[in-house]
Parts: sequence; C-alpha cells; structure tokens
Amino acid sequence: MMLWNLIKEDRGGQILLLLLAIAIIAVPMLNALPPDHALHIPTYTVALLGKYLTLALLALSVDLVWGYLGILTLGHGAFFALGGYVMGMYLMRQIGERGVYGHPELPDFMVFLNWDSLPWYWTGLDQFWFAAILIILVPGLLAFIFGALAFRSRVSGVYLSIITQALTFALMLAFFRNEMGFGGNNGLTDFKDILGFSLQARETKVGLFVASAVALALGYLISRAVIQSRLGKVCVAVRDAESRARFLGYRVENVKLWVFTLSAMIAGVAGALYVPQVGIINPNEFSPLNSIEIVVWVAVGGRATLYGAVAGALFINYAKTWFTTELPDVWLFALGAIFVLVTLFLPKGIAGLFRRKEASV
Amino acid sequence: MCALGLLVLLLCAVQPAFAKSDDPVLLELQTLLISSNNQDRTKAIELLTQSQHELAFDIYGLLLEGKFFFNRTDNQLYLVDRAEAGQSALHFLDERDVVIERPRDFRRVALNNAQRTQIRRVMAQTGLTADSSKTRIKAVRQMMGDPDPEALSLIRAAYTSETNDKVRDLMAVAIAIDTLTQTDEAAQRDAIDTLAASLEPRARNALNQFVSQTENASLKELAEKGLIGIEQKIKFYKGLETVYFGLSLGSVLVLAAIGLAITFGVMGVINMAHGELIMIGAYTTFVIQQLMPNHIGLSVLVAIPAAFVVSGLVGIAIERGVIRFLYGRPLETLLATFGISLVLQQAVRTIFSPLNKTVETPSWMSGMLEFNPVFAITLNRLYIIIFCLLVFFALLMILKRTALGLQVRAVSQNRAMARAMGVRSERVDMMTFGLGSGVAGIAGVALSQITNVGPNLGQAYIIDSFMVVVFGGVGNIWGTLVAGMTLGVANKIMEPWAGAVLAKILVLVFIILFIQKKPRGLFPQRGRAAEG
Repeated sequence: MMLWNLIKEDRGGQILLLLLAIAIIAVPMLNALPPDHALHIPTYTVALLGKYLTLALLALSVDLVWGYLGILTLGHGAFFALGGYVMGMYLMRQIGERGVYGHPELPDFMVFLNWDSLPWYWTGLDQFWFAAILIILVPGLLAFIFGALAFRSRVSGVYLSIITQALTFALMLAFFRNEMGFGGNNGLTDFKDILGFSLQARETKVGLFVASAVALALGYLISRAVIQSRLGKVCVAVRDAESRARFLGYRVENVKLWVFTLSAMIAGVAGALYVPQVGIINPNEFSPLNSIEIVVWVAVGGRATLYGAVAGALFINYAKTWFTTELPDVWLFALGAIFVLVTLFLPKGIAGLFRRKEASV
Repeated sequence: MCALGLLVLLLCAVQPAFAKSDDPVLLELQTLLISSNNQDRTKAIELLTQSQHELAFDIYGLLLEGKFFFNRTDNQLYLVDRAEAGQSALHFLDERDVVIERPRDFRRVALNNAQRTQIRRVMAQTGLTADSSKTRIKAVRQMMGDPDPEALSLIRAAYTSETNDKVRDLMAVAIAIDTLTQTDEAAQRDAIDTLAASLEPRARNALNQFVSQTENASLKELAEKGLIGIEQKIKFYKGLETVYFGLSLGSVLVLAAIGLAITFGVMGVINMAHGELIMIGAYTTFVIQQLMPNHIGLSVLVAIPAAFVVSGLVGIAIERGVIRFLYGRPLETLLATFGISLVLQQAVRTIFSPLNKTVETPSWMSGMLEFNPVFAITLNRLYIIIFCLLVFFALLMILKRTALGLQVRAVSQNRAMARAMGVRSERVDMMTFGLGSGVAGIAGVALSQITNVGPNLGQAYIIDSFMVVVFGGVGNIWGTLVAGMTLGVANKIMEPWAGAVLAKILVLVFIILFIQKKPRGLFPQRGRAAEG
C-alpha cells in the first residue's frame, strides 16, 4: 500500500515498473526457449539489456540531482566508475590462481609490475558482503566530502558543473597511473566468476539482468520516496528559488548534500552492476565526456520526471548500439543532432510529449 | 643521439639557404676525406683552411671529435654518434637520416696527431681573429682546457687585443684554467675568482679538479666557496628556466581559454564546442600549408587571419543557428553545443580522415637563444608567449576601446537597458560570439605548431580552458591571463618532483578547493551583473 502511494499519481512510473516486472519474468523465460524458436532472446541480447538497465539507473541518479535539485553534475560518471572499480576489485580477487601468472593472491597486473603483496585497500575485497558495502560507501563518501565542501561554500550553477567535471577528470588521470594499483591504462578485466557462478554462463547473465532490473525498480522507488517526502518538496524549492528557500529557514546545503550523496550511491550501485555485464572497467569510464553524455540522456528523456531519464538512457543507448553496428560514421552526427534538436525543440524531452497530451485531456 | 641532434641543428642553422650537396668545396672535401691516403686528409684540412668556408669551424670540431664516418658501400660521408646497429647516421651533404644496418660498413675518418695539431692551430689562428664574435667564442670554447701550450699562448695574445666583452670574459676563463695549474698563489687566487664568476662547464670542472688535488687549505676554501656560488647560480637559472617553461605552458592555456573567456565569460554561453573551434583553426593552418607548400614560413602568418575568419564564421553560424534560441538557459546551451562539438569532430574525421595531420614548423621558429652556458631558451616557446600576449592585448583593446567592445560590455551588464539605449543586442551577440570563436581559431594556429593536429585536439583543451576561465573569474579577461600563467607555472614547478600526471591532478584538486574559498574566481565580477 505504501509502495502504491509512491506511484499513485505517477503514470509514467507505473508503466515503467510494470514493464520492468514483465521483463523480469518474461526475459528469462524467452531466453530459456530453444534457439530456433521465434520468440527466443539470445543470451548476448539479455546481457545487452542488462547493461542498458544499469545505465538507466545511472541516468535516474543524475535526474534526481539535476531534475529536482537543479545541480547540473558533469561528474556523475565518477561515482558510477568508483562503484564499478570496487566490483572490479572483488571480481579480480575471485580469479585466484586462474590468472595468466597463476599467483594465488595478486592480480596479473600487480605480478607484472613486480609487486609482492596486495596494497592495503585491496584487503577484504574477496568477500562479497564487504565489496557490497564499499560499492555504496565509496561513492557516497566521495560525494559527501565533495558536496560538504562545495555546498557549504555555496558553489552553484556553472561553477559547480565545472568543478564536478574537474573532479572526474582528476580521478581519470589518477586511475591512469599504474602506481595507483588499479591496473592503470588497462583497468580491471578477465573476470572469471561472481559469487561462485561463472560470468560466461547463461544463467549468470540472466541473473545479472534480473538483478539490474530489480535494482532499477528499487532505485526508482527510493528516488520517488525522496521526491514525495517533505525533503523532496524542499528540493524543488531549492531548485526554483534557492535564496528564498534559505531565507525561509531551510538548511539548503544539507538538503543538497544528502540528496547528492544518495544519488552518488545509486550511481555506484549502477556501476557495480555494469562491470560484471561488460566484463571490464578502465579509467575511460571517468572521462568527462561520459558524464556529459549521461546528462544528455536525461535531457532527451525529460528532466524531473525520473521515468524520462530511464527512457532517455534506454533510447540513446539503443540508438548507439544500432548506429555503431549499422552506420558507424553517422553515429556522432546523429547523436550531436539529437542533442541540438532536443534542446531546441523538446525542452521537456520525450516525456514532455506525453505530458502535454495528459494536460490537454 | 642528443649530441647528433644538436649537430643537425647547428649545421642547419648555419646554412639554411642552399643545399650542401651543391657546394663544390664540400664535395671536394668529401672526396678527400673518404680517400684511403693519409695525405689526402691533410689536403682536406688545407682546402678547408684556404676556402674560409662558413662551415669550416663546425667541420674542424666534428673532425676533432671523430664524428665523421664514411660508408664503404656508397663512399659517402656521414655524421655518426655511435657506429652501432640501429643507431642513426646523418648523411653529411644531403642531411638525410639513415639507420645503420651493418656497423662494419662505417669507417671512422681517423686523423693522426700531426693533423690534429694542424687543425687546432688553424682553428686558433683563424678562429681567434675571425670577424664574427660568435666564431671567436666558438674558437675559445674549442680550445678551452686544451693542454697544448701553443693554444694558450695564442689566446693570451688575442686577449690583449680583444674588444668584445663576451669574448674577453671567455678568454679570461680559458687563461684562468691554465693559471690554476701553475704555482703562483696570488695568480691562482685571481684565477679562482675568475672561474667562480663563470658558468662555463669547463670552469666548473677545473675548479672541482683543483679542490680535489690542491694541498693549499686557504686556496681550497676559496675554490669551494666559488663552487658553491656557481651551484647557486645554476640553481637560479634552473628556476628561471622552470618559470619560462611554465610561462610558455601558461601561454598555451591562455590562448586556448581566451576565446572562451569571451563567449563564456562575457556572454555567459557555456560553449562546449570551443575546443572544436580551436581544432578548426589548426586544420585551417594545415590546409593553408597544403595550398602553399613552398612557403612554409609564410603560411603560418597567412593562417592566422584565415583561421580567425574560418572559425569566426563557424562560430557565427552556431550562434545564429542554435545558441540565440537558448539565451538565459546556460545549461541547455551546454548540451546543445556539446552536440555541435560531436558533429564538428565527426565532420573533420569524415573530411580529413581520423589520423593526425602534420603541420610543419617554419624554420624561423626553431632555434635557441643562449644567454649563458646553463640558460638557453627555445625560440618557438618564446614566439608562443609573445603571440599569446599580442592576442591578449589586441582583444583587450577591442573590448575597451572600440564601439563593438562598448556594446558587448553594455549587453553583458544589462541587456534590457542596452536595448533601450538603441544597441542592437542580437547583432552584438553575433559579433561577440564570432570574435570569441575567431580567437579560438587563432589559438588553433599556435597549437598546430606544438601538438598533433587531429579530431581530438579540441577535446584535449576544453577542460583546461574551462578551468582557466573559472579560476580567473568569469567575465574578466585579465583574470584569464593571470590564471592561465599561474596554472602553467604551478604545473611546471611541481612537475620535477611529482611527475607530469600527478602535477596535473594536484592542479585540478587545487582549483576545486580554490573555488570553495572564492566561488567566483580570482577576480570576481562586482555589482549587480554578477548576481544574475
């Protein structure tokens, strides 16, 4: 009942959750059909869909801070990548002796660099529960420290966007360094299994897809809960008239800080689910361009709707896959044109199209 | 390899006008030097002496150092650092680089002692009395530390009649190195003083040697003091060099950012396509060089206005087509211009191929300016610093002294009021954006001289540009200059102990923290316009 209250007035959300529920049941079933059956979904498509869902979760986290709090973050990719790196470290520890050098504890790249023991920050990551905590904690902590500094000193607007960009750029440069102990240029890859299940197995891929869908649904409900609460109303007030909200006695910086941190945690979870499905994490995930792209997904889908962000992420990423296989040279033209056209003609994104209809009825 | 590179530079710098392969003296020299007859080599030295060839001095030096080799297979003369497989050899006449495949083919042009003495004598005699002070300096350097007493007496003789201060000082050092080995204590004292004032590596070596050998405690102390003084001076010049490198990096940052300081700073447009406008400027340089392949030196100068026009027009098209619909919505402009940047990148990939293009550096831009033996600056960096300052002050003049500048400032401060006063704000927007974009194009010309020209050129500079503008304070182009130079110098100061990547990370972290303290940059805008 409480759950229903969250989405009672949210038609888009209802549809989204319904579709997710259908996907959670139908995709594994269709995938289990014999390969020559007309409705069969190949396993690689399942993995691809799972990847899209994690990116949709990432877009959702950006919409939470941009759509409802007015913080245009150009560095959310950093939180996504950090979550991904924690998961990657866990997966590296699972390889054990099966690496190329066959070292029982050290990942291949450390053996290659002639390191003789694990750096301290790799300890404990062979336990899934510990990794799971860090997946939420590391991005959350970074967002908390960064936000505490930035929001207290009232950095806002364009300046905030630029320093979030600086943050992810600095992290990218740092992770490119071999001395950091995160695999440098090549990142972490060659994963073997997760929780004892082989990552190559069909069942694991389906399982990861289901996990991503569940995570997206949960992320949606959590974001929705925040927005529906009093905190959510204050968020919108901060977005629309920051000074006024402050003069009314709200601690604007605390509101921003908590929602920003929550959003970073969601992004971290998205990253952690993304890595086992694509099989690699490297410093390019930190690249500032990636973070801008996330913002564009949200803009295309429609700001401040949550389901719009999901739709935008799915749409653009599907288009990317299609173009890069069918017409690779045209992809950047198309993507660029989408950005320009959406900002010029669809300021409310795809979701805006449906909303206008709703309003006219 | 390094020494060889220097030789190439030396030889090219002395004689840029015509090919060496057409020079009859050098051709004759080659035949004589590759001959197996020892007499021919003596003849070669005589030929060089009589011809008074302008390269004579360099060739003497190379002969003494044993850098000349001849290849038995093609009977040509080469300059070689090390005759090992895989090392490179420079063809003496054609100046083309060859990789040594079989070291056995290369035979050193060996001189006997008589020939060496002959060369030294000729160098001393002709060099010390040469008209050009540069040649005289070269001669003294060549002879410095030479144990040959005859060489020293020649220097002593020349010292009394020398009028050029620089040459005199150098000669004094050469004499002092010799005096140091004598036994007269007062003279030694003077010699130590002379050497301590010099930055010549030979002077330092002589002092070091003296300190380790002498038994006279007071002289030893004096020499050690002199050495400490030299070390301090070297440290000072190294510091100066770091600052110079920092300023040249800073100039690059300022050049890249200054167009953004106008579009972003003055107009408030977050132009993510700024980097691509720089890229277009760089490609314009490339195209112009393709159009006039025989005038590389001129092409760069032609490219400056051309890049301004091309990038400016592209900028105006962007402004008219997209940005003017988005004023007052800065974050939306960010997305739209990011889209444009992707389109421009892909367009360049489609038209010019995704590979990097080489833009040639004109010969007048290469070379060194030597102040003293430990401090020399490269000319191309100097030109970039000067160019950056020129662009900066030209822009400052446009903004402060022209009607357009006045209108730009009026519109950026209060659009409604400016319109009420009859300023055509639409036109001003267009011109301002065109100006900012054109300046980005000019930056592209400069960048084409120091980095690869490729579709990703713009991306590499966009973040740095934003950092510089934000650090300096949006809306203040003086701030951009100070910020760019500061970041450049800070980067170079940290580089030696932190490494290039870590230095960059530290600079970024510093900017993030700095923005916390001063959210509106180094030089914040004041007044009501800043509140907007």
